[in-house]
Amino acid sequence: MVDVVEDQSAASVEAPRMPLFRMPAVRAPSTLPMPSSECVIRAECLSIYYGSFAAVRDVTLEIPSHRVTAIIGPSGCGKSTLLRAMNRMNDFIPNSTSKGKLFYRGQDILRPGHDAVELRRRVGMVFQKPNPFPKSIYKNVAWGASINGYQGNLEELVENALRQAALWDEVKDKLQDSAYDLSGGQQQRLCIARAIALEPEVLLMDEPCSALDPIATARIEDLIDKLKARYTVVLVTHNMQQAARVSERTAFMYMGELIEVNDTTIMFTKPGNKQTQDYITGRFG
Amino acid sequence: MMRTVTRLRERGIHAFLFLCALVTIVTTLGIVWVLIEESRQFFARVSAADFFFGSRWAPTSTDEPGFGVLPLVCGTFLVAGGALLVAIPVGLAGAIYLSEYAPLSIRRVLKPTLEVLAGIPSVVYGYFALTFVTPYVLRPLFPNTEIFNAASAAIVVGVMIIPTISSLCDDAFRAVPRSLREGAYAMAATRLEVSTRVVVPAAISGVIAAVLLALARAIGETMAVALAAGMTPKLTLNPFTSIQTLTGYIVQVSLGDTPAGTLGYQSIFAVGITLFLITMTINVIAQRVFSRFREVYE
Amino acid sequence: MNGHGDLAATLFEPRIERRRRWGRVFELVCTVLSFVGLAFLAVLIGQVLWVGAAWATPKFLTNFPSILEPERAGVKSALWGTMWLMAITTVVGVPIGVAAAVYLEEYAARNRLTRLIHFNILNLAGVPSIIYGILGLAAFVRWLRFDRSVLSGGLILALLVLPVIIIASREALLAVPRTIREAAYALGATRWQTVRSHVLPAALPGIMTGIILAVSRAIGEAAPLITIGALTYVAFVPTGPFDAFTALPIQIYAWSDQPQEEFHHLAAAGIIVLLGILLPMNAVAVVVRARQQRRGAW
Repeated sequence: MVDVVEDQSAASVEAPRMPLFRMPAVRAPSTLPMPSSECVIRAECLSIYYGSFAAVRDVTLEIPSHRVTAIIGPSGCGKSTLLRAMNRMNDFIPNSTSKGKLFYRGQDILRPGHDAVELRRRVGMVFQKPNPFPKSIYKNVAWGASINGYQGNLEELVENALRQAALWDEVKDKLQDSAYDLSGGQQQRLCIARAIALEPEVLLMDEPCSALDPIATARIEDLIDKLKARYTVVLVTHNMQQAARVSERTAFMYMGELIEVNDTTIMFTKPGNKQTQDYITGRFG
Repeated sequence: MMRTVTRLRERGIHAFLFLCALVTIVTTLGIVWVLIEESRQFFARVSAADFFFGSRWAPTSTDEPGFGVLPLVCGTFLVAGGALLVAIPVGLAGAIYLSEYAPLSIRRVLKPTLEVLAGIPSVVYGYFALTFVTPYVLRPLFPNTEIFNAASAAIVVGVMIIPTISSLCDDAFRAVPRSLREGAYAMAATRLEVSTRVVVPAAISGVIAAVLLALARAIGETMAVALAAGMTPKLTLNPFTSIQTLTGYIVQVSLGDTPAGTLGYQSIFAVGITLFLITMTINVIAQRVFSRFREVYE
Repeated sequence: MNGHGDLAATLFEPRIERRRRWGRVFELVCTVLSFVGLAFLAVLIGQVLWVGAAWATPKFLTNFPSILEPERAGVKSALWGTMWLMAITTVVGVPIGVAAAVYLEEYAARNRLTRLIHFNILNLAGVPSIIYGILGLAAFVRWLRFDRSVLSGGLILALLVLPVIIIASREALLAVPRTIREAAYALGATRWQTVRSHVLPAALPGIMTGIILAVSRAIGEAAPLITIGALTYVAFVPTGPFDAFTALPIQIYAWSDQPQEEFHHLAAAGIIVLLGILLPMNAVAVVVRARQQRRGAW
């Protein structure tokens, strides 16, 4: 990695002379995102602890609806922890406690009485390593919907979800086959399909491509781009180029703190914070 | 010189260790040989058809001997089946509780306690069945229960094999990867749904293997059954009457003074080979199921 | 599109409260069932103490069992018999078992013969104990002419618990990290030197646990001993390995089988003695193993 930027003054930072990546030319000006006025999830002075260790410190962050928000940062910066808080998956970690508030549609979901099960139907999650159930492809997608009492036509729901996940054409003739017969990339799209089948409002994605090859990764990035029309996506990734390609808002975390959050284009061309700049140019992490 | 001595010594040790490992093979061969050889003498005098399909067992009776082993087999499976009825719900529920619900502190206490339960000898269970279960539990509920009955044996043998099922199932559940559970929870499932509709089905072959091993153990149980169930071979499904199992019969003859060489004496070996074949078959199937289960998760 | 979330909400009837309620019922049922085993254990020990405590006097340990005078009966002969058996089983079973485990784990190539031996050991572990009695009857009592001596009994028990010792020792050896062996080899040690000086000491706690559990299993066995003709109501103590004998479980069985009330007290007292030996042994082994697992052995 070439260290290009020298002699920085803390304030206004010039764009690096030799960008280490290209800004995707795909984005047409008219789709340049403005922060949506509606914010679906909002963290307010949120801190999350594992025992006495603070994995997330005092984070205040808004997730706008129908946009893709990427959270980037080096390993161990707390981005996964923050993501998992949004659907209360941290409940399953024994020593995990939190301070501050986390609002979903105006309600503090970290309040002790709040129903986590109902939350998880509306805020779905896709994990780092694909984890389909050892059941058929059809059952994988249908299971969540049926235990949540879906009243409509289950087959239509499954087909719809698989189409949205860009997997239908590949599996429509073998819906009864085991999900484990699929490739890694297909399994991950299956996991996306089953999350979508619950018709959530928000989709949390925890480094969904890190276990996949580049071609599978590209397909999923395309998918994410299409998904934001219907869902709000929060994407945790350690791959900066991915964040730049796919998201409209980017948040940079370091050592549990939210260092900077901004529109993606601004973040990657004129970051306001020196640490952000250093990370983006590969000085560390 | 030193090197040669060392090498000889190493070779010698290697050979000695190998011989020790061979002891196990010799044991199995010995068991098979003894059973076949001795029961051969029995089957020279009693036809296999009479033995395996006859329904009256009275080999030492002089006026009306009967050599059908079915009553003993029936008694064995009556007790073993009843034991599974007790052990499967308790063991499975215990395993689900241990792996999905119990906090670490309870788990640390409950698991070793179950192992202690497994260490209590069979005679103690037999004594308890005879002096407590029958008079104070069964008789009050079912007044027609005889002193020796299959039900009390089934109950205590069931408790005896609870640790087997519960600990093997717990291992099976813990082998199911965490990511599978997380995926299910993320689909807005409750803990009940995750435990019963994701974890247990994923571990089902491990559960089956556990049940099979427990069944084999129940079939091989001797002292508890000998004390509690009685010594009267009967072809019956009534659990409140006395019966006799394959193992009980062998004990009965051994305690008596049947002289070697008589048909009564040789019947031990015929019964023994039957018992051996049944338990060996179940054990082999269980091992097969187990190894396939392990292949999936490791 | 903004109302998308609400539109979807009408098609789902999650009925969360109802599912949660079922979850609570299930959790309650599982918790209760998990403790059934413990409850049973508590009642059993309670009953045994209730019936037998008054009879488990020091005199009880030094009297011989007497079928005519139950008040003067004791377990002296049975206790000594059990001690002798424990000694012979340990002396014979432990070296062979540990040696076999060392061979299988450290020396044997991973070929079909080794897999066969391993498979065979797993099957032997599931063979009913009474079958071992039958083997012993033919091999030790008659063929080797050891007759119905405590030597025969001890050898049979050694064979019985051999699979337990081997399996436990193999696990302990497996847990020793490869790096330890590699370091020793790199210094030019022979295989035996490595095993003896480094691997075995490291695996020792696990091996000891296995031995304790195996011996405590052997102590509780009665069926195979009855088969080779161990006696009951003996009024002498074995003075050498070729003497006839009795053992605690056998005496307990004999007493339990008597209809009179006094003998049940004696049986309970005998159980107190037996459990007094077994439970501490089991507890030690279980605690050692639990602590080792928690610490991760390294």
